Amino acid sequence: MPINITMPALSPTMEEGNLAKWMVKEGDTVSAGDVIAEIETDKATMEVEAVDEGTVGKIVVPEGTANVKVNALIAILLEDGEDAGAMDSTAGSGTGAGPAPAADAVPAAPANNTVIEVGAKAATDPMPAPKTADGGRVFSSPLARRLAKLNGLDLAQLSGSGPHGRIVKKDIEAALEKGIGKAAPAAAAAAPAAAAPAPAAAAPAGPSKDQVLKLFEEGSYELEPHDGMRKTIAKRLTESKQTIPHFYVTVDCELDALMALRAQLNGSASKDKDGKPAFKLSVNDMIIKAVALALRDVPDANVSWTDEAMVKHKHADVGVAVSIPGGLITPIIRQAEMKPLSVISNEMKDMGARAKSKKLLPHEYQGGTTAVSNMGMMGVKNFSAVVNPPHATILAIGAGEKRPIVKDDALAIATMMSVTLSTDHRCVDGALGAELLAAFKGYIENPMSMLV
Amino acid sequence: MADNAYDVIIIGSGPGGYVTAIRAAQLGLKTAIVEREHLGGICLNWGCIPTKALLRSAEIMDHANHAKSFGLTLDGTMKADVKDVVARSRGVSARLNGGVGFLMKKNKIDVIWGEAKLTKPGEIVVGKPSKPAVEPQHPAPKGTKGEGIYTAKHIIVATGARPRALPGIEPDGKLIWTYFEAMKPEKMPKSLVVMGSGAIGIEFASFYRSMGVDVTVVELMKNVMPVEDEEISKFARKALEKRGLNILTEAKVTKVDKAANAITAHIEDKSGKVTQITADHLISAVGVQGNIENLGLETLGVKTDRGCIVIDGYGKTNVPGIYAIGDVAGPPMLAHKAEHEGVICIEKIAGVPGVHPMDHRKIPGCTYCNPQVASVGLTEAKAKEQGHDIRVGRYQFNANGKAIALGEDNGMIKVIFDKKTGELLGAHMVGAEVTELIQGFVVAMNLETTEEDLMHTIFPHPTLSEMMKESVLDAYGRVLNA
Repeated sequence: MPINITMPALSPTMEEGNLAKWMVKEGDTVSAGDVIAEIETDKATMEVEAVDEGTVGKIVVPEGTANVKVNALIAILLEDGEDAGAMDSTAGSGTGAGPAPAADAVPAAPANNTVIEVGAKAATDPMPAPKTADGGRVFSSPLARRLAKLNGLDLAQLSGSGPHGRIVKKDIEAALEKGIGKAAPAAAAAAPAAAAPAPAAAAPAGPSKDQVLKLFEEGSYELEPHDGMRKTIAKRLTESKQTIPHFYVTVDCELDALMALRAQLNGSASKDKDGKPAFKLSVNDMIIKAVALALRDVPDANVSWTDEAMVKHKHADVGVAVSIPGGLITPIIRQAEMKPLSVISNEMKDMGARAKSKKLLPHEYQGGTTAVSNMGMMGVKNFSAVVNPPHATILAIGAGEKRPIVKDDALAIATMMSVTLSTDHRCVDGALGAELLAAFKGYIENPMSMLV
Repeated sequence: MADNAYDVIIIGSGPGGYVTAIRAAQLGLKTAIVEREHLGGICLNWGCIPTKALLRSAEIMDHANHAKSFGLTLDGTMKADVKDVVARSRGVSARLNGGVGFLMKKNKIDVIWGEAKLTKPGEIVVGKPSKPAVEPQHPAPKGTKGEGIYTAKHIIVATGARPRALPGIEPDGKLIWTYFEAMKPEKMPKSLVVMGSGAIGIEFASFYRSMGVDVTVVELMKNVMPVEDEEISKFARKALEKRGLNILTEAKVTKVDKAANAITAHIEDKSGKVTQITADHLISAVGVQGNIENLGLETLGVKTDRGCIVIDGYGKTNVPGIYAIGDVAGPPMLAHKAEHEGVICIEKIAGVPGVHPMDHRKIPGCTYCNPQVASVGLTEAKAKEQGHDIRVGRYQFNANGKAIALGEDNGMIKVIFDKKTGELLGAHMVGAEVTELIQGFVVAMNLETTEEDLMHTIFPHPTLSEMMKESVLDAYGRVLNA
């Protein structure tokens, strides 16, 4: 858990001060008692000592900055074995980065004049109530929130055992034991609609609102403020396109065998007493299964990128983009390579319906190892999708349509579907992407192989 | 369903049993409760409630003795009329005893009068009590069922506990008392030896001291009220000694000689030195033990351990269909623990969602001596022992406006937080009305508040409760009025 170093109050009345000098630089190792900076007030210059050992992960406020508010984040200390990536979860948590005044900061008055008491700081730090993906409140006890923060957990990913699903200490302990709910960057960036703290936008921003509005006549438009989902989609996809080197591979698949098999399978579904069949497979259900099996066959493509290591997944968890009013969400079919088509189909029906009514639980749409985006039903011939980290791939599905093709050196008619795989080139190279797509095409064109 | 067949039968109508019965009825279960002696059990007939009535008399006596310091003059002398003090206490019990009968009727719970024995799974036989009732006995409510065979899918044993006796110093009801006799003295003794300084012992010691009796308390452990935080125990001891109690710790009564109207207790200190103290009576208050006998537990193979029935977090015993709650199911032997345990048990049986097992760390404890003692959670020593890095806050009554105005400026509140997480680990109090204050911290603990939330909570002024907030602030170096 990275430790926030904040602007200390050198006296009970001090509200702001100047960060005169850093005695350490990023990457330096410090131990408790080391002088790390000099702070100036109108009255005096004092040395600031570290109270914890660690590595200086980031200097947030450069030296020479004047009027830094007490309790503003000035640097981040990484504990043994932590990497810079861990800072993301800390930097956005409440106090705000940079010398900007921390809106909620409590004017703490540490008794000791020269030591930043990080412990006391953490204790008085206001703990904002976490939000779910759609901006709803996650009910949790104050202690659970404190423990989640100390352990870097994302409460939105946990479920609570307290009254009305309130998350309590016991749930945090269970999560830690099972190793779930980590608010690490990879997990936090799970799905487009996942909740994530919004760090100060470091990326180059587009034109400002005023710049845009200037181009249109006043009264010729209405302004609709963004909701949380829209903001998250914008942020996540901007990040994706800016940080992930995308490349694209397209193939055409012949669908006739798959359509025939689908009709045969649906016809064989057992019916309950109301005459309702036990399952009704869609083409998309079969595509999900084909993607999953292809990832199983080409495991090198079933990965996530991190700066230190390749995350090689043992199962294919396939996210399926579902369009919902105001945005989209990707419920995930977990371990889809292991599941029969009927199970995939029924899960998809259930989650699709709940996605539309915004009733999905965070664990149902966060994570995943790949995604499928299908616009075939809208008549789209072909398109390319944006990779949604932590996935390394996403498969864009076009419409199945009758096309003239060349078969055995003769012109023939077949139902064809074009698909385009977008990959994160950092972890899935061109040939690997092609191999994955070939495996996918194999299952689609020989669909019986999905049944065994 | 046959007349004598129930969903649930509860054996024992103490606070655990009767509350469980009401909850069972609320949940739509056909419920019966078996009682052999007093509706409401020890708690409201021979324990919690009648002693509070006695202690109220003592409190008024104490106040009257200090009337002068409030500018009031009492003409004549203040003296206790033992018969009337006891009669009031019995009257309070009678009223509540009748109340339990009313509650059973209101909730359509059958009361079966007699002593129950488990004969086979799902069946009990109710017969005549194997022991005579403690007198005076309130009459059984009207319309009770009598002896016979009754069946139920679920049988909850809630038979409570009784005073523990030390070999050689067995209570005789005349010279050596238990709480039963100590609660209804026929005349005020001149002197007493109280063996044991747990809640029961120290409350009687405090009561009799207020009534002007010479009282010596003998405690085996290092501190009085040994389960309490050491600092609080020591504080209380000092206050009790100031009131004239003679307290001997790390000492034990090895032998009691009986004369016609007096006892002589042989008291051995830790160095092995024996002194003799002669008094009118000795009150044996060395704890209570579960009522596990004559229940047929052995026949059914219900597991017991050190005199209590072994249960899981939901009151289940090792035998399907047999449950136990309250004192008979193990310590702490407190009415409120029994009630909560009973509710958990019956809700689990009824399949109420979201039922959690008992969290023993959040059971408060109250002792109504003067000054009162109340606590919840871990003591400082226990917190350290469990490896917590802690912050401790304290606040004294002598800095609180309301306490000073009340003339009750001797007391303290102590809170213990986990340094890293801000979790409230324990709260400990000694002083006026702390038994009413502790619940604030119990709620805080149950809702898992941290020091931050407590600091953000507004406490009304002027109240004793302000000291709770100040103690929290003190733990973080932010105390205001000190």
